[in-house]
Amino acid sequence: MSDATSRIDERVKETSRLRRALIRPELGAIVGTIAVFVFFIVFAGDSGMFNAQGVLNWSTVSAQFVIIAVGACMLMIAGEFDLSVGSMIGFAGMSIAIMSVTLGWPVWIAILLTFALCVAIGAVNGWIVVRTGLPSFIVTLAFLFILRGFTIFFPQLIERQTIIGGIDRAAEGDWLAPIFGGKVFGFVFDWLASVGAIDVFERGTRAGEPIVDGIPMLIIWALALVAVAHVILTRTQFGNWVFAAGGDAQAARYVGVPVNRVKILMFMFTAFCACVFATCQVMEFGSAGADRGLLKEFEAIIAVVIGGALLTGGYGSVIGAALGALIFGVVQQGLFFAGVESSLFRVFLGVILLFAVILNTYIRRIITGER
Amino acid sequence: MKTILKTMAATAVAAATLAGAAQADGERYVLVSHAPDSDSWWNTIKNGLALAGEQMGVTVEYRNPPTGDLADMARIIEQAAASGPDGIITTLADPNVLSGPIRAAVDSGIDVIIINSGTPEQAREVGALMYVGQPEYDAGYAAGLRAAGDGVGSFLCVNHYISSPSSTERCQGFADGLGVDLGNQMIDSGQDPAEIQNRVMAYLNANPDTDAVLTLGPTSADPTILALEQMGLAGDIYFGTFDLGENIVQGLRDGVIQWGIDQQPYLQAYLPVIVMTNYHRFGVLPGNNINSGPGFVTADGLEMVEQFAGEYR
Repeated sequence: MSDATSRIDERVKETSRLRRALIRPELGAIVGTIAVFVFFIVFAGDSGMFNAQGVLNWSTVSAQFVIIAVGACMLMIAGEFDLSVGSMIGFAGMSIAIMSVTLGWPVWIAILLTFALCVAIGAVNGWIVVRTGLPSFIVTLAFLFILRGFTIFFPQLIERQTIIGGIDRAAEGDWLAPIFGGKVFGFVFDWLASVGAIDVFERGTRAGEPIVDGIPMLIIWALALVAVAHVILTRTQFGNWVFAAGGDAQAARYVGVPVNRVKILMFMFTAFCACVFATCQVMEFGSAGADRGLLKEFEAIIAVVIGGALLTGGYGSVIGAALGALIFGVVQQGLFFAGVESSLFRVFLGVILLFAVILNTYIRRIITGER
Repeated sequence: MKTILKTMAATAVAAATLAGAAQADGERYVLVSHAPDSDSWWNTIKNGLALAGEQMGVTVEYRNPPTGDLADMARIIEQAAASGPDGIITTLADPNVLSGPIRAAVDSGIDVIIINSGTPEQAREVGALMYVGQPEYDAGYAAGLRAAGDGVGSFLCVNHYISSPSSTERCQGFADGLGVDLGNQMIDSGQDPAEIQNRVMAYLNANPDTDAVLTLGPTSADPTILALEQMGLAGDIYFGTFDLGENIVQGLRDGVIQWGIDQQPYLQAYLPVIVMTNYHRFGVLPGNNINSGPGFVTADGLEMVEQFAGEYR
């Protein structure tokens, strides 16, 4: 026996490089992303969608979807849902507003406490799900109403209104606030404007400054969350635990995976992502409203499903979810640039979403041979 | 296969050229509202916008955040600005959220007119050409004074859009006009007709000495009429409402509703298009803000109102 044959392990099945590339969950999302961009370059290429302002607009919207989709994706791979994401966004924003504006606490304390509160609520969500064995659909649906109710009740009680403003003034000079609401790489845009690559303001106090003056931290957060979550999911033992917990929880328990802990942690991570979304939004706009984040939980799930994750858990990818979020954001914003009548806008959105999901499933079935 | 591809390519090119031609023809104005999809009141706005666009030969577009989320609305304004229209017509439902994007649009050379929500002062601060609408608090206050004159001392304010500050301002203005504390006289009714109807009945059962009911639009007025009919209070309790709709007009005729405050939304969409088109074509601009309301509509002279309720009124 030569050394070469002895190194072959009979437990490992050989697959071709091409096949391995094709069975990745994000393949459908990659194809979809390319298709969507080609579509809009053809039909909205000269409408302002691809000038600096337009690109920033759909990137920001997509980045919002990415942030909540990353959390939803990890949780869905672990086999659970969270329908309280949208309410959590409104709740977290209001929490920061009440602590910083109404109670007058420093903004960084308000942000840190709100993160702690949200992650704790995520843990409660997860704890109830694993302890009772109830579907997460029902448990988090309850929290959808509980959180939204509090979000409307507290500001009404304290300030007699449902929008609390003035957070931007409270956040002036704060060390933590710019990490969520700031902009970076402004000098790049100054330079681009000076060589005439992007437009500048024509009038007002900002005349001469570039229309796009930096990359919002929201986008940086989105990229960072994707990178971190992707590495954890594909390169660590914990990542395998997440897949195992969502694939077959009982089998995972037999081989020693702490399934309950993994699921609770994923609920906490989802809440964390919702809180990042809320904090960025509050810091950017300077106010928190009781109806912020309405229906965002479904948008997150849609992005994840376009991204190739299975609704039943155990299969999916963060990159796919991010691309799904990109598709969703680009389609949602792009149809306006393409001049689609606003009433029909949602019809188109629905059709494209359906098409993307069907394409996704179809490709995966052909390649993996699953039925 | 080749011919199919060729045809497809040709069709795509033709479609793109057509779209381009349509955009180049005349000025383009985008109206951005804060209304969720479910709010039927805004149909009048859409009708006013469409008619003005047709009459002036300009392209008009209507955009709104599907769930009424104002942060989404801010993104829509940014998006509208990026598409480089001649003008943007928008509401100023929350200055904190919207003034940044509106200011940026103004500074990049797009003319803006504020309609419906916000105040003339806020419109001036964001650099808008003018404000077209009905100052909400003042309208509520005027209604409160009128009701006080009619002997009202307590009321129920049915708020179906509690997350918008202007709704609360109407209730607050009404309370101040009456000279009473708003207290818990305002309820968050939600948007579902059955829920609104039942909450009104529950409140009136719990507070039987309530003198008056104030609703903030057809969404809350229609179910409230049903609630009053069911409780045998229709025509018996003092009932005022904001805005008009078919059922409200019927209520006015039947004597169930004493008055409706018409802020004439049709004008809020129609006038800005006319004003901006004339401004862009001939450089003429009215020197002041335009108040589209408040106008009290009562049982007298309902004919015209009736004919166009929900369409242009």
